[in-house]
Amino acid sequence: MSQASVDSIILQANNLVKSYSQRSGKFGFGSTQVKALDDVSIRLKAGSTLAVVGESGSGKSTLARCLLQLHPFDSGEVIFEGKDLAKLDAQSLRGMRKHLQMVFQDPFASLNPRMKVGEIVTEGLLIHGLGTAAEQQENVLQMLTRVGLNADDAQKYPHQFSGGQRQRIGIARALVLKPKVVVCDEPVSALDVSVQAQILLLLKALQVEMGLSYIFISHDLRVVRHVADDIVVMHKGKIVEQGAVEAIYNAPQQAYTQQLLSAIPGRKAA
Amino acid sequence: MADILNISKLTITPKNAINRLLVNNVSLTLSAGKTTCIVGESGSGKSLTALSVMGLLSSQLQAQGSILFQGQELTKLDNKALQSIRGAKIGMIFQEPMTSLNPVLTVGYQIGESLTAHLGLKGAALQAKVAALLEQVGIPPERANSYPDELSGGQRQRVMIAMSIACEPLLLIADEPTTALDVTVQAQILKLLDALKTRMNMAMLFITHDFGVVADIADDVIVMFRGEIVETGTKHEVLTNPQHPYTKALLACVPDAEGKKQLKPITYDWLNEDQKKDKVAA
Repeated sequence: MSQASVDSIILQANNLVKSYSQRSGKFGFGSTQVKALDDVSIRLKAGSTLAVVGESGSGKSTLARCLLQLHPFDSGEVIFEGKDLAKLDAQSLRGMRKHLQMVFQDPFASLNPRMKVGEIVTEGLLIHGLGTAAEQQENVLQMLTRVGLNADDAQKYPHQFSGGQRQRIGIARALVLKPKVVVCDEPVSALDVSVQAQILLLLKALQVEMGLSYIFISHDLRVVRHVADDIVVMHKGKIVEQGAVEAIYNAPQQAYTQQLLSAIPGRKAA
Repeated sequence: MADILNISKLTITPKNAINRLLVNNVSLTLSAGKTTCIVGESGSGKSLTALSVMGLLSSQLQAQGSILFQGQELTKLDNKALQSIRGAKIGMIFQEPMTSLNPVLTVGYQIGESLTAHLGLKGAALQAKVAALLEQVGIPPERANSYPDELSGGQRQRVMIAMSIACEPLLLIADEPTTALDVTVQAQILKLLDALKTRMNMAMLFITHDFGVVADIADDVIVMFRGEIVETGTKHEVLTNPQHPYTKALLACVPDAEGKKQLKPITYDWLNEDQKKDKVAA
């Protein structure tokens, strides 16, 4: 492998394993080990979008959380800019977190209802001690405007916004820290299709402007086709296939991928 | 072709705000053996329209207009008369198979309930019918003794379908029946519903927000926007040659599996300034 291609990988996971023990048997007295991640390795190229697709229970959200060190995992490593995140102490990891942000699925559950939008978006800047109070305020207002909200929205509470607007707030909160990698966990699944299109276009525009790299978790193969450069197909905790998005959609090699693609609604008709 | 359901000039408003038209002047006709999809975004009134057919609107809402089922005016019927139609001649399936099933009763019992209530089936005859229904929806008959939590999401939705077709309804109303399911399971359920519709010659009213699903299952399509029908036509007409600007715009924001389409957000150009106000920047 050439030096250049090594350099362009911004985030890499090697051989991640994560298992849960699940109650089983009569009255849940027994327990079985479920492998949520079974030897999963991925590479995210700088400035690109890597989509992780799979059905419920495939381990895609677990992967997202393990990448960001929000879940501990049993073995494996997550390398960001040459450092193994799992080996960092708490303080250095906290410092790293501003480069690694997340946008959540549910715009209703992921915003604190008691905080004003301005406070929600400023919080990360405060925690990481980025800039003076005046600079922080300036940054927050700029970010809010950039995602399509107004400056006076900073004084409002989350419940005053629609689902799509809340998702914009979630994006502003993640991006105000100027991260390098953003993990989007089903960011448009809870939205109407017209709003979904707006948010997808916004994410794309911000990626170009800010040079972001995205991990995009989704179950919707039509959305993935539009946003992803590369894709990883997961099934029961394992990666069944990965590669460039065109290659996988045009010529899926694995039976499971073929099955998944042929189940996309509206493919045969119209 | 036989008309099963005729809705004309249906208007639904909250009782305490009768100027807010949640469903505005909706008319539609369903015929035997045909699937009609109502497509729309949240708040378009698609579910309210379906609920009003079954007389299941919230007590906070009031409906005006006429709903003729086989020539019988449903809006004039009392609850008892409606009950004899609901579950017997009109079947229904809802979005969430987990919350629609009773967790402390076996699925066999739940499928049997409507057979006993409407057809008076009991004992061995009931058991046999339940087993036959489970087989029809692709579940091994011995699962009749299982509880809902022992089944997967797709199997639960199959149980819901078995319940809804138990009394061989003339009309099946399905409100986003596959939205909560994985794509591969969704594809199976759509296939099953389509096959049942054909075999039993039912009229099916299928509520969805997904144009992909429409392409797979619809014969006719109704597009709703803010409580009004903005376009109707056959599936082919609506999907390939949409007339209304909203339908065009909505189709333009649906990502396609080929990734060729340039996504375009809806601009609501055709609305006047007043109408636009409550729609800007979703």
